[in-house]
Amino acid sequence: MELSVFIVKSIIILAVFGVSLLIATYSTWAERKIAAFLQDRPGPNRAGIFGLLQPIADAGKMFFKEDFIPRQANKWLFIAGPSLAMLTACMTSAVVPFGDTVLVNGAEVTVQGIDINIGILYVFGVVSLGVYGVMIGGWASNNKFSLLGAIRAASQNISYELAMGLSIIAILMMSGSLSLRTIVEQQHGMNWNIFFQPVGFIIFLTCAFAECNRTPFDLPECETELIGGYHTEYSSMKLGFYLFAEYINMFVSSAVIAVLYFGGYNYPGMDWVRESLIGGLGLNWGHNLATLVGTMVFFGKIFFFIFFFMWVRWTLPRFRYDQLMNLGWKGLIPLAILNVVLTGAGLLAGTRLLSWVLILGVVLVATIQAGTARKRTVAAGRLSKV
Amino acid sequence: MADKIFYFLTFLSLISAMLVIFSRNPVHSVLYLILTFFCLSGHYILLNAQFLAAVNIIVYAGAIMVLFLFVIMFLNLREDTEPRKGMAAKLAAVVSGGLLLLIMVAALRTADMSTLNNPASFDSQIGLVENLGRVLFTDFLLPFELASVLFLVAMVGAVMLGKREAGERNF
Repeated sequence: MELSVFIVKSIIILAVFGVSLLIATYSTWAERKIAAFLQDRPGPNRAGIFGLLQPIADAGKMFFKEDFIPRQANKWLFIAGPSLAMLTACMTSAVVPFGDTVLVNGAEVTVQGIDINIGILYVFGVVSLGVYGVMIGGWASNNKFSLLGAIRAASQNISYELAMGLSIIAILMMSGSLSLRTIVEQQHGMNWNIFFQPVGFIIFLTCAFAECNRTPFDLPECETELIGGYHTEYSSMKLGFYLFAEYINMFVSSAVIAVLYFGGYNYPGMDWVRESLIGGLGLNWGHNLATLVGTMVFFGKIFFFIFFFMWVRWTLPRFRYDQLMNLGWKGLIPLAILNVVLTGAGLLAGTRLLSWVLILGVVLVATIQAGTARKRTVAAGRLSKV
Repeated sequence: MADKIFYFLTFLSLISAMLVIFSRNPVHSVLYLILTFFCLSGHYILLNAQFLAAVNIIVYAGAIMVLFLFVIMFLNLREDTEPRKGMAAKLAAVVSGGLLLLIMVAALRTADMSTLNNPASFDSQIGLVENLGRVLFTDFLLPFELASVLFLVAMVGAVMLGKREAGERNF
């Protein structure tokens, strides 16, 4: 590999790492601002202009608090818990294609950590390891509430991983590749997967919420039942790492959703933009600027999904634990399997749109159920009056 | 370079596999077992079998070991409360482990390595997803389907065991 290519690749990898941390940092600020907006109050506005220095102030506070390790805790595992949570959160963004290629001395360098031909499986592997940070931390605290919170988090994660994996299979059947870059390239020209896989998208989004332990699936942390859940005993930056890992996970899952269903760095009219840029600035600058525009568009999609995560958190109430398990095992998994079967049948018949049938079916069933449920409650109300 | 990585991985996997056995704390044993699985995945990657490596992580390290950890954490096994195994149990464990070793050595000793050692017929891409899938769904279709039937049976069995009987009280 040429030296300049190597340097550019290193810069890209460092930038991906830095940007994911930066976005996660400012997600905490955005979350509070959005919560404030939805609840009609100003939100953080003291540290810096618009409270923009608030995350830094929070981090400073976290670092200077007493770092307490309970006497009965397993010291090494107690430290390993948050470290693992951070490690697995940061690992996923390596395979996400953040943009097209950059031309350096005539050589094309992809704007991606590494393009492996099992990209999506790598994401799943890392996601499935994310459970360990929580479980080890919860167990090592030597506290019943921590352990119960950890078990809850872990069982929720592995339950929703199944539906997530099944929802992906439909996409893999259409694209015929596990590489995230190939999946993005196939969505060029508004062939976004969302138009062909609406059910898969809904399942994937729901599972992403559950994997990130976000509302309405934030059951691991529950003041009335479990105190703080798995991080009850944690303080200082160890607690900070657990909370921060959640925001990194949110960023990464937004990125993966954008890659799988919303065309990644593709946007309408990108060929025209690229050609006119190359025409105006020459091949090198034009191509690199077009790539930059694509990356910006990709980040726009990511920001929208991060906003969506927050929007849902401050709008919906949370599930009860049995409702969560029922939804995962009895709702999403059969739906995902049906989606796979229908997509396969559609591909055999030569159409990619058969998945919409499932949407129609679900809407029909839901309408019928809602109609009958109303009648039942009305009848019950009449009975109780009598 | 690949040699050095291989030796390092082998060393790490042997050490962690031994620590699985020698740890007094069952939770530590499970964690070392997870480390062993990671080392095995590293070996798969060295063999250019990325799919197997990823699936090994997802299925074993990510799902099965989590359930192991679940059970062991709930049982709350402590070093001092664990009963000592009898001599007969230890002997039986050694004998069965030795038999497994014997079978594996016997199987590997007569393995045909000619396709691997011959550069003309050696295909470095054989472990990638496409090739693996093609082989699995053509040459080995029957074993593959039988394995899936086996999983189905195991799943039905688990549901049967976990189902609440009529009139049974849970708490």
